[in-house]
Amino acid sequence: MIPASFDYKRAESVDEAIALLGEHGDEAKLLAGGHSLLPLMKLRLATPSFLIDVGRLKDLSYIRDAGDHIAIGALTRHRDVEISDLLAAEVPLLARAASTVGDPQVRHRGTLGGTLAHADPASDLPAVILALGGTLVAQGPGGSREIAATDFFQGFLETALAEDEMITEVRVPKFGGKGWSFQKFTRRSQDWAIVGVAAVVANGSTGIALVNMASTPVRASGVESALAGGASATDAAAQAADGLEPGADLNASTEYRQHLARVLVRRALEEAGV
Amino acid sequence: MTLFGTPVRRTEDHRLLTAGGTYVADLDLPGVAAVTYVVSPFAHARITSIDVEAARTMPGVIDVVIGSDVDLGPMPSVNPAFPETMTRSILATDVVRFVGEPVVAIVAETASQGIDAMAEVVVDYDPLPVVVGIDASATDEVLLFPEAGTNTVMVADGGSDAADVDIEGCEVVVRATYISPRIAPAPIEPRSSASRWEPDGRLTHWLSCQGAHPVRNMIASVYGLPREQVRVICPDVGGSFGSKARSYPEDLLLPWLSRRVGRPVRWTPNRSDDMVGLGHGRSQQQHVELGGSRDGTLQALRVRVVADSGAYPMVGAMLPRNTGMLACGPYRIPAVRWEIQSVLTNTTPTTAYRGAGRPEATALIERAVDMFAAEISMDPAELRRHNFIGPDEFPYDTPTGVTYDSGTYADGLELALRMAKYDELRAEQQERRSSGAQHQIGIGLATFIDRTSGVPGAEYGSIELEPDGSALVRTGSNPYGQGHHTSWAMLVADRTGLPMDRIRVVHGDTDVVPKGGITGGSRSVQKAGSAIAAASDQLVERARQVAADTLEAAVDDVVLDRSGGGRFHVVGTPARALGWDELAANLPEDDALRCEAEIETGSSFPSGAYVAVVEVDTETGHVRVRDFVTVDDAGAILNPLLAEGQVHGGVGQGIAQALYEEFAYDADGNPLTANLADYGIIGAPELPSFDGALLETLSPNNPLGAKGIAESGTIGAPPAVQNAVVDALSHLGVRHVDMPCTPERVWQAIGAAGR
Repeated sequence: MIPASFDYKRAESVDEAIALLGEHGDEAKLLAGGHSLLPLMKLRLATPSFLIDVGRLKDLSYIRDAGDHIAIGALTRHRDVEISDLLAAEVPLLARAASTVGDPQVRHRGTLGGTLAHADPASDLPAVILALGGTLVAQGPGGSREIAATDFFQGFLETALAEDEMITEVRVPKFGGKGWSFQKFTRRSQDWAIVGVAAVVANGSTGIALVNMASTPVRASGVESALAGGASATDAAAQAADGLEPGADLNASTEYRQHLARVLVRRALEEAGV
Repeated sequence: MTLFGTPVRRTEDHRLLTAGGTYVADLDLPGVAAVTYVVSPFAHARITSIDVEAARTMPGVIDVVIGSDVDLGPMPSVNPAFPETMTRSILATDVVRFVGEPVVAIVAETASQGIDAMAEVVVDYDPLPVVVGIDASATDEVLLFPEAGTNTVMVADGGSDAADVDIEGCEVVVRATYISPRIAPAPIEPRSSASRWEPDGRLTHWLSCQGAHPVRNMIASVYGLPREQVRVICPDVGGSFGSKARSYPEDLLLPWLSRRVGRPVRWTPNRSDDMVGLGHGRSQQQHVELGGSRDGTLQALRVRVVADSGAYPMVGAMLPRNTGMLACGPYRIPAVRWEIQSVLTNTTPTTAYRGAGRPEATALIERAVDMFAAEISMDPAELRRHNFIGPDEFPYDTPTGVTYDSGTYADGLELALRMAKYDELRAEQQERRSSGAQHQIGIGLATFIDRTSGVPGAEYGSIELEPDGSALVRTGSNPYGQGHHTSWAMLVADRTGLPMDRIRVVHGDTDVVPKGGITGGSRSVQKAGSAIAAASDQLVERARQVAADTLEAAVDDVVLDRSGGGRFHVVGTPARALGWDELAANLPEDDALRCEAEIETGSSFPSGAYVAVVEVDTETGHVRVRDFVTVDDAGAILNPLLAEGQVHGGVGQGIAQALYEEFAYDADGNPLTANLADYGIIGAPELPSFDGALLETLSPNNPLGAKGIAESGTIGAPPAVQNAVVDALSHLGVRHVDMPCTPERVWQAIGAAGR
């Protein structure tokens, strides 16, 4: 429970953080809320030799109305997402899902950008951003670029971010309080999801993404296309696990996860009014 | 007005919640070095070489020690009946037998330097075939100790003559095999210990444990020292649940390491290491046959229990005996036969965990009784009523070989059913079944007996009047959360009239308290409390004599008025009285008022009736405990607030065992749940508010009439919840679900029943 030794620098600006990333390469890790990185370091499963602390970059903590979408600074804490009136009105799915992350201590530390960059398929919010069709803004030495959430998650704990890039903003389209649902199945209330489902109805189509059903958060594309083709919610939900072979662990076999995905997608669609 | 039986708030808490406790890891020990153990990553392997030279050169490293360096004998055997060949070296030398077994000790300036140096220790292992699981062990195909010729640590049997247990002749028989899951005790404070050799040659040893004196005796024996040369101190302890009752190799080696490096040393493992180093609990396979007549009369019970002792025989190997002895629960079953066996596997050794063999017995009989009720379509409450031992049948000799002291089992059940509104629950259940609701409810009963003070051994207590007229109480019973300081002060206050804040209780230091055992088996009020009470009564008698001298009266004319802080006066003349402070001031210099007592008691048999109400999502298998009712009869209750706390904590752990906790290994013996993210510790969100009541059927077996309540929760709650889960699904054809009743296991059971 004691990490290996490392150097530490608190970045005063995004530019400084990116410069430090460039300087230290794959030896460096960005530290934001620390609730994924630090446990891995304490177990010595991660041994970065340099930590760049971006946790106090206050100008990356905001939730703004940007016309057709809501812009959320990468260092916005889960708790701020949870209690945002703006999100409650425009993207209630995200606020609700944030309220189920870990426990209050985790939510007061963990950040939206951090959980997306860590890209744990068992985390709630990556799947939510995926279902919402969100966009991530990444900044590197050459400036900023936008990455669609659908292109962002590339493998287990792997993303489209370059080594010297960091997420600065997350953009989620407004969809108002119309149909949506977040289903999270856990044994204990504060556990990671065994399976989770984020569903949102916007502009006549339904976006559905699954937590912990693959090595990345995934869209339930079979369900989405079945619905687009006019299938009922029940029939579409039956395809929730098609093409997915989630791993087995202590909490669930592959078969049970597939079953849960079908049940939870059906419940999500029912709650979303599909 | 006496304090006995009233809810007095814990006097310990103000300090613990404000200043904080002092645990071994907090002690200020100048010059202390940190000990870190390199443990085996293999469940079973031969050590072919160990290279510690690189580790020696790491920053801060003072010394690195391997098993062959250590000139101490093996760990003392827990039981002389265990095979002599099944011994454990303090550090593994030739063969490692479980993941987590210490192989190398590093002494460094700081714990982090020790952890850094671990990476530089090179141990070559030649893996051996691994034994995981009771079935694999019992075949003896792979032996942990080839020289023993078997993996079996012990076998025993008892109860009625085999020929008299006519299961086959019974009209109705239920047969089943149940699993009692392996549990990690997981106290908040891990094990922790420190050692220092004093300039006068004595050893001071600090240990987070359940009793300082047995630890002192073991250290003296292993190190060949006279007992008075060893001082063991047990400061605040952050939980134990039975698991810290004895020394572990890692703490027993500290005096040796301290002597070697010439400095005090301390060891506090991290959580991951403690999850595999601290003993585990439960882990039984139970084969049960229960026979009776169709009218619901139980007639014969045969049980065969096989316990997984882990890699080395510790206390856990003895516990199936408790299971066999209590297999018949609170029921009048005329013929009962039990057979037990303990076997070794390449896993963490098992030890006592809150209940220690009795929760396993209760789970076994309560599940079987429910199965029997289902078989004859009788309400499970009615079947229990029909078979309870009656209140006029005590002392009751069970066929298993124990004598129950007293009990009013039916009263407990009736009260619990009323509190739970049993009839309304059954009506609600019927409604949900008829409507085919996705969420079904289940109502689970457990009516149980416990056996407390089951291990022989007296407990010590003394009381001394201090010069300022306050009292100093020394107790041999070492608390680790029980609230002894509050309880003993209540007993003393009732007898002396002293206010509680004039009574100081000390424990856990072999230089301060002359004798002591362990706090365990729910024995403390019965033994230690009785000893304190007896010593206090003696003190009052002695004080009356002193007062009589001072008041120039006959002893028989002097009485103690317990109001107003306690005042002695001659009968009829209360105006001229001596308080304790005046008495202390009047004592002749050579006449310390100090009285002591040692009390041994027989076992007592608390009982209880619990009702669990669960809601099961039949689509996902998820179980939620909706309501939980407890009725406990633990004899005379000294402090109902502490009793309630014990029940709450125990029920929480019991629900956790029923639904969440299981320490799991893969087929290679790798632990899969060695941290608190993967291991199913329960939290408040998973628990309902408990609704509890106490009955008080006194025990005749100790002066206070107490029975002990500390383990009732972990005994009654698991089968109550498990029975509730099965009850929720019985109309779907489900007959049994093993603990923990995980969502997937429940889902599988529903699926299997439907096929």
